[in-house]
Amino acid sequence: MSVQTQEAPVAAPIRKSRRSIFLRRPFFTIALVVALGYVLGALFAPYVAPYDPVAQDINAMMKPPSLAHLLGTDSYGQDILSRVIYGARYALIIGIFSVLIGAAGGLVIGLAAGLSGGWLEWALMRLIDSILALPSLILAVAFIAILGQGVDKVVIAVGLSMIGPFSRTVRADVMQVRVQLFVEAATLMSIPYLKVIWRHILPNVIFPLAVQVTIRISEAILVSSSLSFLGIGVTPPTPDWGLMIAEGRAFVSFAAWMSAMPGFALALLLIALSIVGDGIREEFDPKLRRGA
Amino acid sequence: MLLQALGKIAQTLVVLFIVSVASFGLLKLAPGDPIQIMLGSEFSQESYDSLTAELGLDRPFLVQYGDWALRFVSGDWGTSYVARTDIFTYAFKEALPVTLTLASFSLAFAILIGVPLGVLSAVKKDTAFDAGAAVLALTGTAFPSFLLGILLIWFFAVKLGLFPVMGYVSPWQDFWTGIYHIILPGLTLSTYFIAMITRLTRATLIEVMEQPYIAAARARGEPAWRVIWVHGVRNIAMPLVTILGLQLGTLLQGTVLTETVFNLPGIGQMLTSAVLGREYMVVQAGVMMTATLFIGVNLLVDLSYPVLDPRLRARK
Amino acid sequence: MTDMIPSPILTLTDLTVFRGAAKILDKVNLSLAEGETLALVGESGAGKSTIATAVMRLLDGAKVDGKAELEGAGDLLALSEKQMVTLRGRRLSMIFQDAGAALNPAYTVGRQLITVLRRNLGLSKTEARARAVELFTSVGINDPEGRLSAYPHQLSGGMQQRVMVAIALACNPDLLLADEPTSALDVTIQAQIVRLILSQTRARGASCIFVLHDLALASQACDRIVVLYAGQVVEAGPARDILEHHRHPYTQQLKSCVLEIGTRELTAPEGTVPPHDRMPAGCRFATRCPRALPRCAGEAPPLIPARDGAESPLAHHFACWNPE
Repeated sequence: MSVQTQEAPVAAPIRKSRRSIFLRRPFFTIALVVALGYVLGALFAPYVAPYDPVAQDINAMMKPPSLAHLLGTDSYGQDILSRVIYGARYALIIGIFSVLIGAAGGLVIGLAAGLSGGWLEWALMRLIDSILALPSLILAVAFIAILGQGVDKVVIAVGLSMIGPFSRTVRADVMQVRVQLFVEAATLMSIPYLKVIWRHILPNVIFPLAVQVTIRISEAILVSSSLSFLGIGVTPPTPDWGLMIAEGRAFVSFAAWMSAMPGFALALLLIALSIVGDGIREEFDPKLRRGA
Repeated sequence: MLLQALGKIAQTLVVLFIVSVASFGLLKLAPGDPIQIMLGSEFSQESYDSLTAELGLDRPFLVQYGDWALRFVSGDWGTSYVARTDIFTYAFKEALPVTLTLASFSLAFAILIGVPLGVLSAVKKDTAFDAGAAVLALTGTAFPSFLLGILLIWFFAVKLGLFPVMGYVSPWQDFWTGIYHIILPGLTLSTYFIAMITRLTRATLIEVMEQPYIAAARARGEPAWRVIWVHGVRNIAMPLVTILGLQLGTLLQGTVLTETVFNLPGIGQMLTSAVLGREYMVVQAGVMMTATLFIGVNLLVDLSYPVLDPRLRARK
Repeated sequence: MTDMIPSPILTLTDLTVFRGAAKILDKVNLSLAEGETLALVGESGAGKSTIATAVMRLLDGAKVDGKAELEGAGDLLALSEKQMVTLRGRRLSMIFQDAGAALNPAYTVGRQLITVLRRNLGLSKTEARARAVELFTSVGINDPEGRLSAYPHQLSGGMQQRVMVAIALACNPDLLLADEPTSALDVTIQAQIVRLILSQTRARGASCIFVLHDLALASQACDRIVVLYAGQVVEAGPARDILEHHRHPYTQQLKSCVLEIGTRELTAPEGTVPPHDRMPAGCRFATRCPRALPRCAGEAPPLIPARDGAESPLAHHFACWNPE
């Protein structure tokens, strides 16, 4: 049997008419540039930040924004601009690593639930339901209660709390691939089961998972900064935005910049990431692409 | 139909069981020895052993779980070590009503504002209004609620002095004072949902308005407002209720943050102080209540489908 | 035009519809006499349904040029939406392709019918209910009382279409537009529904425009047939003339397709309609026409009377350089 794949004659003009994603989606491009700016700021924080983020200065406490301190100082005299820049580091590190933990856990549970059958599948599904029954922040709070506070603990707690949604989407993708013809054919040709998973199922699951990972980074950042805001996440004097917002809250009536500056840094990053996420999802999610 | 409902209920009970085992396990996994915490820094081995036996902590895990589950269902949730109060009274009778009040007011705000906004966006599709609403909705879904809360306090309470900075008065006892206190927190919490409902209403209504029954309603002379509200909006109820049920978790976690911002004595504050005070039994109570609420509401959503969509009712 | 139609209920003059850059209907002229039944026939995409929807002013997002005059109401295309609302359902009404999709799934069929009666005729609740039962009986629904409280999904396709007929005729309209009312139904029920629509409109003295795929069905059911190809009228005239003495090669193709297949779905004649942006300058059918002459590609044929002197808009006309 020889199947010759021919260049479809219609494909060429369609491809030509699909302009670059950056031109078609100006908001996406702007948001991506903003997000990349945060990444650069985080990477080169020591070179960009004018002060040491944890250097306290008794002579410059709660100073409003000025030339010396562009975004002002906090109640310990720490430079807010420097803390905001270093904060990007923590936000992105916590966001990315916790999402990776969540994705890894979700991949394992989702694959198991999607590939097994019978009571095991049923039990795993109920397990996923149970994880999903708790909102990620509450789940993260529960894990923090066991683990304690600190950057590493926050990464683990937030990561574990995200396993539920990831495993649900992985399972859905597995189910979709499993019924497709080539998997069935491979199984019929008595190719070892693990090999079928490795060669046929994983590649079809990994890509949508990667899309999910990029979309959910903003969620992880929001949850981690919420933990810090509640005072149970990262411990002071770590320059974490959530923590800085919480510290400034008490002084909001006369030193609003203390909360507002890290707050806007966080809000801008979250908005940029969610626009980037929407763009990626609309471009790459086959479920959303119909009729586009 | 009835069988299906029973199946759903059974499934829900299994999920609740898993959650309860997990949250019971939480207590076991927690670092630190509860007996030590209860006894303070100085104690004898004897008193340690007797308290262990008294609390039944020397028995097998499953026996302990069964015992705990029975006591939990009967409302015996233990005593808060630090606060020295009954956890059931504290969590269920004091904190939960605050959280539920805040959540339901926010949900009401969100529906009352979000649905009309979404309908208008759908009707005025691709106009400046639609674009403006889309930008607001995007910002609203991505903006961290605790920051919004602080900004609202700063502007409306501190600068304008229109609303109280924080504090809670139950609207069930003193309605107007309660409302006065709940407007800012309610607005803070509902922003995300207003934005989400606006987007969802717009997207689903646009799809519904392309259905032939909409053209058919117009063809028999129904005026535009009836076509939109009677024939269009009625058919978005199901996706809307589904998403709201699934988003209840987001609403509950939003209350945790909002309560902290506005200093409201709800589940959020209870959880935070319990984590800081290492009161695992209180954390456990909070987790169980949240999960039960979420699972219960989603069961209700599932069971309400036949009411919302006649096509799902059994054929006559 | 020498002799005018006695009293046209609807007159379309140069009706043209654009969707974006595409011209999906090109200068269509049509007249409909009072009490007459007219069929619009052609392949899908020929613009048949567009005519019906344009007359109802339900074409959203399209640009409509020309005139559509309804007797006593003036040019429908010039009316405000508010004025149209008062005409729809009362003087003009429409039956849709798929009754299952055209009935709102959230309400009982009785409620949808009774709403029309109450809103358009100002009947009271009990009057409207009694009238609804009468209407259901007249369209052949068994147990009309019970069926009023049924939801659309609880009825069969044929029953759903009967309900649609009842709703469309509820206010005794002057003009009924039936947009392929049977294409979603089983072959066995198709004829029943067509007969039902015809008998009900005739009993009320209403005029009717049928949009159909099937030339044979059209010639049995209707007084007059208009054949459309790629948004233009290619042949029009009394049903018997079109079926037996057609002049346009496209009509011939439609007819032979029906005779060969004779099933519910009309298989398209060979070839495809050229895309809107590559329409030939001359006769649009030239690319598929077995009788095409060199002239056809460059010069569009006008619509001319089939018999000299028979210039009434109701008489047989065709547009072809090399007629059969």
